[in-house]
Amino acid sequence: MELNAKIPGGSIQEKWDRYRFDLKLVNAANKRKYSVIMVGTGLAGASGAASLAELGYQVYCYSYHDSPRRAHSIAAQGGINAAKNYQNDGDSIYRLFYDTVKGGDFRAREANVYRLSQISLNIIDQCVAQGVPFAREYSGYLSNRSFGGAQVSRTFYARGQTGQQLLLGAYQALARQIGLGTVQMFPRTEMLDMILVNGRARGIVTRNLVTGEVRSHLADAVVLATGGYSNVFYLSTNAKACNTTAIWRAYRRGAGFANPCYTQIHPTCIPQSGDYQSKLTLMSESLRNDGRIWVPKQPGDTRTPPQIPESERDYYLERIYPSYGNLSPRDIASRRAKEAVDQGRGVGEMKNGVYLDFAEALKRLGNTVIGERYGNLFEMYERITGENPYEVPMRIYPAPHYTMGGLWVDYNLMSTIPGLYVIGEANFSDHGANRLGASALMQGLADGYFILPYTIGDYLAQGKFERIDSGHAEVRAVEDETRQRYQKLLSINGKRTVDSLHRELGKIVWDYCGMGRNDAGLKKALEQIPKLRDEFWHNVRVPGSGDSLNQALEKAGRVADFFEMAELLCRDALAREESCGGHFREESQTEDGEARRDDARFAHAAVWEFTGVDKAPTRHVEPLNFEYVKPATRSYK
Amino acid sequence: MLINLTLHVWRQKGPKDNGRFVTYPALQINTHMSFLEMLDVVNEQLMEKGEEPIAFEHDCREGICGSCGVMINGLPHGPNPMTATCQLHMRYFKDGDEIWIEPWRAKAFPVLRDLVVDRSAFDRIIQSGGFISANTGNAPEANAMPIPKQIADRSMDAAVCIGCGACVAACPNASAMLFTSAKVTHLGLLPQGQPERYERVQRMIARMDQEGFGNCSNHGSCEAACPVGIKVDFIARLNRDLLKAKLCGAGTPSAV
Repeated sequence: MELNAKIPGGSIQEKWDRYRFDLKLVNAANKRKYSVIMVGTGLAGASGAASLAELGYQVYCYSYHDSPRRAHSIAAQGGINAAKNYQNDGDSIYRLFYDTVKGGDFRAREANVYRLSQISLNIIDQCVAQGVPFAREYSGYLSNRSFGGAQVSRTFYARGQTGQQLLLGAYQALARQIGLGTVQMFPRTEMLDMILVNGRARGIVTRNLVTGEVRSHLADAVVLATGGYSNVFYLSTNAKACNTTAIWRAYRRGAGFANPCYTQIHPTCIPQSGDYQSKLTLMSESLRNDGRIWVPKQPGDTRTPPQIPESERDYYLERIYPSYGNLSPRDIASRRAKEAVDQGRGVGEMKNGVYLDFAEALKRLGNTVIGERYGNLFEMYERITGENPYEVPMRIYPAPHYTMGGLWVDYNLMSTIPGLYVIGEANFSDHGANRLGASALMQGLADGYFILPYTIGDYLAQGKFERIDSGHAEVRAVEDETRQRYQKLLSINGKRTVDSLHRELGKIVWDYCGMGRNDAGLKKALEQIPKLRDEFWHNVRVPGSGDSLNQALEKAGRVADFFEMAELLCRDALAREESCGGHFREESQTEDGEARRDDARFAHAAVWEFTGVDKAPTRHVEPLNFEYVKPATRSYK
Repeated sequence: MLINLTLHVWRQKGPKDNGRFVTYPALQINTHMSFLEMLDVVNEQLMEKGEEPIAFEHDCREGICGSCGVMINGLPHGPNPMTATCQLHMRYFKDGDEIWIEPWRAKAFPVLRDLVVDRSAFDRIIQSGGFISANTGNAPEANAMPIPKQIADRSMDAAVCIGCGACVAACPNASAMLFTSAKVTHLGLLPQGQPERYERVQRMIARMDQEGFGNCSNHGSCEAACPVGIKVDFIARLNRDLLKAKLCGAGTPSAV
């Protein structure tokens, strides 16, 4: 597997400009002769599909939802970063670049991150032009806030629903193109495999989720914008349908999978309340601005919060990190919460949370001010838990939230398969080993609106694309294989439901490849996962038939791929014998329990090549060079 | 706390099947569960018996994606105001309750299976004009045009619509006016939305009619059912724009 990142030469400030000039253009009149498949309609997919159609390409767009607007980008709460420096507080493209490389714990590509920071400016302009109602000051100018511990205010937001508003902007741009006939939209259509012809990505195989029809769709290039794989943990903040199938199938067809072990655990989610729990709900991180995190000093303390005097409480973040306190970065806050719960100091009925207490802020600022800041979050919390945070402290616990790993892409966002592009959370992205708050929305839209439309043109302009149709041998082979796979799932007729197996898988991955990872645990997971996968393929029960709407069958197909993906996740975590960002290897920590990177051995992206289901994949590396931001140890004490 | 319930659930194999209520016990339901988690538990039991699970639409389970939504005892999204089905928790039900669960009922939302309906008509309403035609790259500098905070806030009040379809299900005329007016208002209040303002409202209303939705007769059930608080005031605003366009030719060259 050849890994040529194609990073352009020149100074970092000039790379993207010069590169765009060097890219080949497709003549305006010829664009309609080229077709592109876009899988997924979240921020990256919807913005990419709309932008390509505006340029004149024929676009075919796919979503397993009933409408493109349902994509999980819609659930992002906090905001989107841009280096506008509207607050005159010293922000710049260079500072956003610097913060992102550092925040990613020096495991991202500098050139990509710089481009992302440059484009952040255009994104805000574009969204405002589309009518995204960002928060504004009384002056009428755009409002910003500081987010996730950033020292400048560069986050744009629309109440607690920024993802929704940005997605609706992109969705409306897409809807306009669908109305104009330049995008053909296939809702309730799930991609189940990739089609390669002569080594190039030329199509996909899909299943119509209403009729069950399995068929192929062909084009000159394929783009995957299918999001992350946090649901490998079963319980995560991702929507129920989020899955790894599209990128996993591409991996099986030859696309390199980079850094699967970089998963982000968000510190402020509502803890699990029982075995029936179907997903976890995130509470915006902004709550940590005024809430104080604590647990009882004594393990097994069953008293209610008011009964526990100040002297018997442990405000552990304030104690360990006096300068950042409750605003310590996500990975640190998460790990310390786990530590407290593991020590038996967890709170709530299931002893599986820590307190996030607003008592002190309420006394200082009053209910009105706190209500203005967090009213909607307090309501949401009360709706779910039945507890009123104005009266009793919230209970929170970390939950899987975002995956920085994904398919490897070069500077053009093209994977190791020619003609296969990967954008948004689905690629291994510009976040390195850890993503900063409010950067996911920025990356999704940068890829879709402003990078892919240029780089894909370069590929299309150079290629001669032989005509293929659904009768082509390669096409029929993949279609047949897919039909057989789904038939197999229906025919096992065992004793266990898909969810029960998925839960069990999730627990293994969470226990051994969650917030803390070690050699012995990962090896145990790598023994247990194949056994459970084997049980899945022999004992799963999928009722119903394949020729109608069958939600159990949809789930079964997705979970089958999670079983394989989980193994790669653990394998990558095992191979990376260092701690960095969201990946914490217990063997690699400092004396006081902080993550220890190993730049000498691991300053690279690990890229896995598929060699067969029961065979070990091959690990390749793309070395990372840091010319501008010199690797340093993060310190938040 | 654990409670026992009796569910009467609409089961329908496909668009052409007649459909009927089927009664299922839901036993030992933890009151911390969400309504959809309760259905998950019932479905797990059905599947363990080899029966097909109840199909229902859902995804984010945080009340924002707009996928979920069923009639619960005749009310879209159930008894709690400002709450989508996924955010309704079982603590609002009592031991021994009977619950009737049905799909949205509207000609423009045909049932696909059980509780799943086809809401693509909403997408086609948006495709007909629910956007601002700003191609990627067209945009001027974001702060070049200040927008009064009150206007931006009001626009946001309308923009929060999640497109779930509860308004249609609640309306005796199965009208999509609340949904359509939310988009017309969101875009029509903003300066960027002015160039297409009158064209937009006419095209969206024409499409709404074509899809088979009824008109608004001011019942207000839509507002009561809306899980995110979209107001009927927006329908009044839509009607004003529509009248200005139809009667006074607003937006046409002669009116300039």
